[in-house]
Parts: sequence; C-alpha cells; structure tokens
Amino acid sequence: MIEINLLLGFIIIAAIIAVNAKDLLSAVVAVGVSGLGICITFLTLKAPDLAITQLVVEILCLMILVNATIKKDLPFSVSGRWFLNTLITIIFLIAFLYIGYQAISGIPRFGHPTMRVASIYIREGLEKVHAANLVSAINLNFRAYDTLGEATILFAAAIGVMAVMRSKGRKKKEERETE
Amino acid sequence: MIQHNANKGMSIIVKSIARILTGFVLLYGIYIVLHGHISPGGGFAGGFIIALSYILIMLAFGKEEILQRVPQATITILESVGAIMFLFIALLGFSSGYFFRNWLPEGTPFKLLSAGTIPISNVALALLEVSLGLFGIFLVLVLLKFSQKK
Repeated sequence: MIEINLLLGFIIIAAIIAVNAKDLLSAVVAVGVSGLGICITFLTLKAPDLAITQLVVEILCLMILVNATIKKDLPFSVSGRWFLNTLITIIFLIAFLYIGYQAISGIPRFGHPTMRVASIYIREGLEKVHAANLVSAINLNFRAYDTLGEATILFAAAIGVMAVMRSKGRKKKEERETE
Repeated sequence: MIQHNANKGMSIIVKSIARILTGFVLLYGIYIVLHGHISPGGGFAGGFIIALSYILIMLAFGKEEILQRVPQATITILESVGAIMFLFIALLGFSSGYFFRNWLPEGTPFKLLSAGTIPISNVALALLEVSLGLFGIFLVLVLLKFSQKK
C-alpha cells in the first residue's frame, strides 16, 4: 500500500510541474513522467495488460505531442482578470472534490473483491470461454458490447478529425468529368 | 529494404539501428496481438506497438519516407476493415444463437488456436489501432504544415 501512495504522490508532483512549467516542451515531458507513474502503478496492482497498453499509448502520445510542440513556444497569458479566475477555479475545485468524495465513499473498499458479477467472471471464465487470459475473455466475450462501443467511439473520432482536418475538398462529379 | 536518402532524417547511426530494430518491433507487435488470449496484451496494445514501428521509421528517415510508404488511403481502408470485421464477427454469432456468441469451436486453453472468436476479434481491434496510431502521425504532419504556412 505504501508504494502505491508514493507513486500517487509522484504522479501528482509531475502533474503540478507540468502545469507550472515555463515552456511547452518541459510540460510535455512532465506529462510523460506522470503517465509512466500510472504505468508502474498498474504493474504494482498486478494488471500487466493495462500497464502494457498505458506504456505504449503514452509513448505514442508523447511522440505526437513532442513533434507538435518542438518548434513552437506559446507564451503564457498572465494578465487579465486574475481575481475572478482564481475565485471560479477555487469554487469549481471545492465542488468537484465534494462530488468526488460523495461518489467514491459509496464504492467498496480498496482491494476488497465483493462485486458479485465480477466474481462470477473470475470463477467461470476459463470453463466458459477457454481463454487463458481472463482480461481478454472479459473484454471480448462477456463485455464485448463495451468493446464494440469503444471501437465505435475511436472510429467516429478518427472519421470526424479526418473530415475536419482535410486540406482538399472533394470535387463534384461534373467537375471531375470536365477535367 | 528501406530506401536510403542521406540528406533526410537523422544521422547514419540512427538509421542503421532503426533499420535493424523496426522488424523486431513489428514482430513483437504481431506476437502480442496473436497471443492476446494467452498472455497479457491484446489488440489494443499490440496494434499500437505495430504503429510505433512505423513511427520509428518516421523519426529516423524523415517524413517523406512514411508518407511514401503508407498513403492516407491505405490507413482509411485499414481502419474501416478493422471496424467492420469486429462488427461482422459479432453478427456471425446470430448463426448459432445471439449477438457476440462464441461461434467458433473452443479448443483447449493455453493453445494458440483456442477461445473461439477472441483471436479474430483481437486482430480486428489491432487493425483499428494501427490505423489510429498512423492517423495520429498524419495529424501531426498536417498540423505542422498549417503552422508553417502562417
């Protein structure tokens, strides 16, 4: 338990550094550090599937972010209505902390596997699906609807970005024929 | 074999190492995808590892290399094929019962050909993830082009 708390502190410190960094590249590096902390937390909690996925996606996102920010240096805007902004930030922080506390106090204690459906998956997963990796069995068999929704979200996001970011528009049929 | 252009990309040391390593990274990604129902991993992680092998080529050999190797039309087709394949596997479950039924014969556990439809679903998800990862690179290239124009 103590190592998880240490890792959580590490992640929070990295996130604070990422917010306070003066240039954009160091902020990106600090975000990568916090992502690696999350990856090691998954490993300590004995979830290697999540750890592999987190590590790989983190590397990919870091490369994309570094590629996007390495030639630019966006200035920070410090002027303006700082009093109003600080007040709104504090109000929202308190509201989110309160709602989060209310939500988290309802779920079972940490490391306390009392969930009924999940215990059925663990007991009968191997006989029903014949997959040695239980995470895969739950992802693609018991909860395949969730995975289908996830794939749909990724597909729709890529299609939407592709439609917005495309530089050349598609020509009409008549124009193509006249050329 | 990767075409060598001395002026583009990083130094020759990086290029030589990247040329050796790319195949191994690609192979590891395929291994992770195909063994998704036996060992940790699966379609999501393996697909991104396959995409990372292409990013290694991009970092070492420059942007023109990757744009020449994988045109954007290929990525769009890959993504659509992955999504439709996953849905098709689910729909084929109707042939013997209900949506997302495990319609293939379930072999013995811990074998490569076991667990019914799970390996095929992993491959379908991996196709989707490969195209997403490569699409991210294209997005960065387009964004950088926009910022250079201004």
